[in-house]
Amino acid sequence: MIIGETPPPAGAFGVNAIAMTMRFGDFLALDNVELKVRPGSFHALLGENGAGKSTLVKCIMGYYHATEGDIIVGDREQAIANPKDAHALGLGMVYQHFTLVPAMTVAENLVLARDDVPAVVNWSKEMKELEAFLARMPFKVPLGARVSDISAGERQKCEILKQLYLKRRFLILDEPTSVLTPAEADEVLGMLRDMVVKGELTILMITHKFREVMAFADEVTILRRGKLAGAGKVAELTPDAMARTMIGAEELTVQPPRTGEAGKARLQLKKVRALDDAGAVAVHDVSLTVRAGEIVGIAGVSGNGQRQLVEVLAGQREAESGEVRVAGDPYHASRDEMRRHRMSLLPEEPLKNACVGGMSVADNIAFREFDRAPFASGGWWLNRGAFRDDAKEKIGQYKIKTRTPDTPISALSGGNVQRAVLARELAGDVEVLIAANPCFGLDFAAVAQIHAEIMAARNRGAAVLLVSEDLDELLELSDRLVVMFHGEFVYEARTSEADLTVVGRHMAGH
Amino acid sequence: MADGSIGLWTVPLAVLGGAIRVSTPFLFVSLGECITERSGRINLGLEGTLVMGAMSAYGISYLTGSPWLGVLAAGITGALLGALHAGICSLPRVNDVAVGIALMLFGTGLAFYLGKPLIEPTAPRLSAIDFGWWSDIPQLRAALRVNVLFLIGVALAPILYWAFRTTRWGLLIRTAGESSDAARAMGHSVLLIRLRATMVGGFLAGIGGSFLSLFYPGSWNEGLSSGQGITAVALVIFARWDPLLCLWASLAFGGAAALGPALQSVGVTSGYHLFNAAPYILTLAIMIITCSPKRTLTGAPAELSITR
Repeated sequence: MIIGETPPPAGAFGVNAIAMTMRFGDFLALDNVELKVRPGSFHALLGENGAGKSTLVKCIMGYYHATEGDIIVGDREQAIANPKDAHALGLGMVYQHFTLVPAMTVAENLVLARDDVPAVVNWSKEMKELEAFLARMPFKVPLGARVSDISAGERQKCEILKQLYLKRRFLILDEPTSVLTPAEADEVLGMLRDMVVKGELTILMITHKFREVMAFADEVTILRRGKLAGAGKVAELTPDAMARTMIGAEELTVQPPRTGEAGKARLQLKKVRALDDAGAVAVHDVSLTVRAGEIVGIAGVSGNGQRQLVEVLAGQREAESGEVRVAGDPYHASRDEMRRHRMSLLPEEPLKNACVGGMSVADNIAFREFDRAPFASGGWWLNRGAFRDDAKEKIGQYKIKTRTPDTPISALSGGNVQRAVLARELAGDVEVLIAANPCFGLDFAAVAQIHAEIMAARNRGAAVLLVSEDLDELLELSDRLVVMFHGEFVYEARTSEADLTVVGRHMAGH
Repeated sequence: MADGSIGLWTVPLAVLGGAIRVSTPFLFVSLGECITERSGRINLGLEGTLVMGAMSAYGISYLTGSPWLGVLAAGITGALLGALHAGICSLPRVNDVAVGIALMLFGTGLAFYLGKPLIEPTAPRLSAIDFGWWSDIPQLRAALRVNVLFLIGVALAPILYWAFRTTRWGLLIRTAGESSDAARAMGHSVLLIRLRATMVGGFLAGIGGSFLSLFYPGSWNEGLSSGQGITAVALVIFARWDPLLCLWASLAFGGAAALGPALQSVGVTSGYHLFNAAPYILTLAIMIITCSPKRTLTGAPAELSITR
């Protein structure tokens, strides 16, 4: 067999976590939580960001040691001191962030993951064994390709294959479909579901997609703010009931209705070409017009040139050729042009792309206007009081949770960083808004608020370009939908007329 | 030609000899640094390691009478300095570049202090293999007097190239250098891998230093290294972290360094100092040609502090 040591008895087993409590200093991340995953079941773990899902599974995997509580694997209580112990018990985890080494080949990554990598690897023998292993698996991956050259979907398949190659029979998947097209997600989850049904595998999947829970999971456990909020059989629950359990009594911002018609062309891209960091063409001569009072959504699996396109519009990357016009004028992302045309930007990873982490919330909110009245006199003398007053007003208006306006912005949670950037970018009238994955990793309340603000900006007549990996978000917000694949726009439709399967096919490049 | 004068042929011969002789320390330091950097850490302290290696090799060779024991001592000294670098870098929030600069100064300073009594005495030197025995031309014979360390270095480059691909240690070093998250997720200690990689890197750099004091130029004094250690660190970047390219880059650099003295020996005296700068001009030129502000370095280990 491929694994050197004696394999543990075959077949799926269950895991119970009983009365789990986890404290980080004063912070109670898990409060007496119970999780029961039956052997041979597909179990979903639902919860908002910060609800304690990751903490719980990391306790099971031995990354953290729970302050209190017991873990029962199969029918025996186990003390899991580190991930190696968990692996030895047959527990495996697929992380949200890939743990493959991008500069190595798929085969190297698989062999490397073993506990018994030989001192000198006999590659011809290993390749033969890997091919034999792949022949038994439901999905295929190119063994000789470098991981950096394969698509996100294939990488996710590799991650799962790696766990199966290592003979793990209890798999924890952390948001496994966030980088996949809906069709790919269905394919991967469907194949795993088949293995579960055959009794070869037990799966615990962290997710926030109700569609996948309804389609694939047998049972669900829902966490809220570190506490067990509910659990039960999926067949007896509705998505609405699960969402209510997840959010609790919190009030969500109501999104304003879509009003008004699209006006004149505001943002025009003509044959824009841009390179990625490795010097390869990432954006292939794309052309697009966004009109006032319109949201154009760009869909696509991450890594198809969306990031580079947004960077060109944000002034973070120079276009190789082509031109960008805003309201008819050439645009090179200078500060004057952005100001004149009332451009706003919500880049992805706002803490990295739109903030200076070590500077205060007030300073970050003032970035666009800091050297102009009322923030500065004569263009150089800064009026700190004005910074703070303006920040206080926006902190209230946008419900930014920060201790003081002088707190460094890096101390805020992701949702509140995004709210602070939103407060800065959407202040005053906006004519062009460019948003990239604005809700990535945020909780329901923040998502609802950001969606409402984007829709309100559109209704006030802004031209909105929304780049997102979340198809549901695009379908909800955009008037028109464009699919980006390998740096090109391969599909365009009015959102009301777009067919989800056709969109998904184009996202996958078919 | 009867008097052994071969005219302008002296220049390419001297460059060839230089490529073999001058390149050896570059080769050892750059191969060592290649291992360290592939594990995700930069050790700029190798200049200090080189000088400490030269000093300890000379001292041990003088005390024991065996130059090979000196080479071993230089390697051990280098490994200890590497362990010191890795140990300090294991502490949280410590920057490897800053530690490297500190160790560069520490290493040279310590070597000068401990090496004061070694400037006068003469230690037994490493012998050379005469590959030019078949020729009557003294310049060619001089160029082909090759030291065993050079041959070891030349053999080491393809061995490392092979080891990075097909040995467990090679794969682990690359994993630590490309994605420490991945290494941790597999249950490996990134710090331990880097400690070992830095120690091996220091070992090789120390041996590079022993070549300076025990073969060419072959004595111990404070002006022994003219920045070879730090140049070799740059060579690794220039060679795109590929051991085979490190070999070629070291040879090119050694050859270029011999250009100035060679031209002087045939009577081209104008611009002597300019020709001495040939290696540095070569580096600058290649860097400008091969780099672009719009691209990241290809082949750079993703965890290096300069590429992150």
